[in-house]
Amino acid sequence: MTPQLVIFLILAAITVAGAVSVILQREPIHSAISLITVMIALAGLFLLLESEFIAAVQIIVYAGAIMVLFVFVIMLLNAGAEERTNMSSMARYVGVPLAIFLLIELAYQVGAATSSMTAQPVAEGATRALSMLLFQDFVFPFELTSILILIAILGALVLAQRSEGAPAQRAQQ
Amino acid sequence: MPISYYLALSAVLFGLGVIGFVFKRNIITIFMSIELMLNAVNLAFIAFARALGQLQGQVFVFFVIVVAAAEAAVGLAIVIVIARNRQSLNVERINLLKL
Repeated sequence: MTPQLVIFLILAAITVAGAVSVILQREPIHSAISLITVMIALAGLFLLLESEFIAAVQIIVYAGAIMVLFVFVIMLLNAGAEERTNMSSMARYVGVPLAIFLLIELAYQVGAATSSMTAQPVAEGATRALSMLLFQDFVFPFELTSILILIAILGALVLAQRSEGAPAQRAQQ
Repeated sequence: MPISYYLALSAVLFGLGVIGFVFKRNIITIFMSIELMLNAVNLAFIAFARALGQLQGQVFVFFVIVVAAAEAAVGLAIVIVIARNRQSLNVERINLLKL
């Protein structure tokens, strides 16, 4: 076993355990913390694939910004434990095994179909080449995303703003 | 080490995201499952970029992360509005459009 394989197996185990934990936890805040674990482990996997820039962006934007937003909303709404709804027996005895079968089948087929692929050597200064690509070939989509983010900010503000008269209604109740 | 390991892991993560999306009842956790699926796709993109020796895959991951950030901002604003109007985060209670 090469050191890379050992690191991969450790990170993959953390990632899958975190993802399972996201599903199994009943408190949303525990799910959010599990998801942060998944994202940090994925950043490690990106480093293993020698894409340092994306690993840094993953930690800064995903684990740092998006998940903080999630935790903030969970705290703001005081989201408690998920209500237990009685899952139908059909879902329990057919759905869950089929879902697990889908997982195994998907992983096996994807792995088998791409087993001949091997990693190409990465040229020196890949981050520099990435920035060249981003600001030359993809400069128009890059600028478009800034407009997208502006629209998203405005949309979030408009949606979350308290409508006129809502506090008065609540006071009357 | 073979790239297929990364792709198999990505498939497992995507499948777990789908399972979370279908089985969870809390709207915020459903959102987190979507983020999990996006992360799985990112891993597949990076693995393919490495296998083909090209950087376009990494550029695409960059855009996916940007779109995920915008989606999280708007989606969580919608969650706040729903929680304010219905006093519940359970998706089974949010059935106004259901026949």
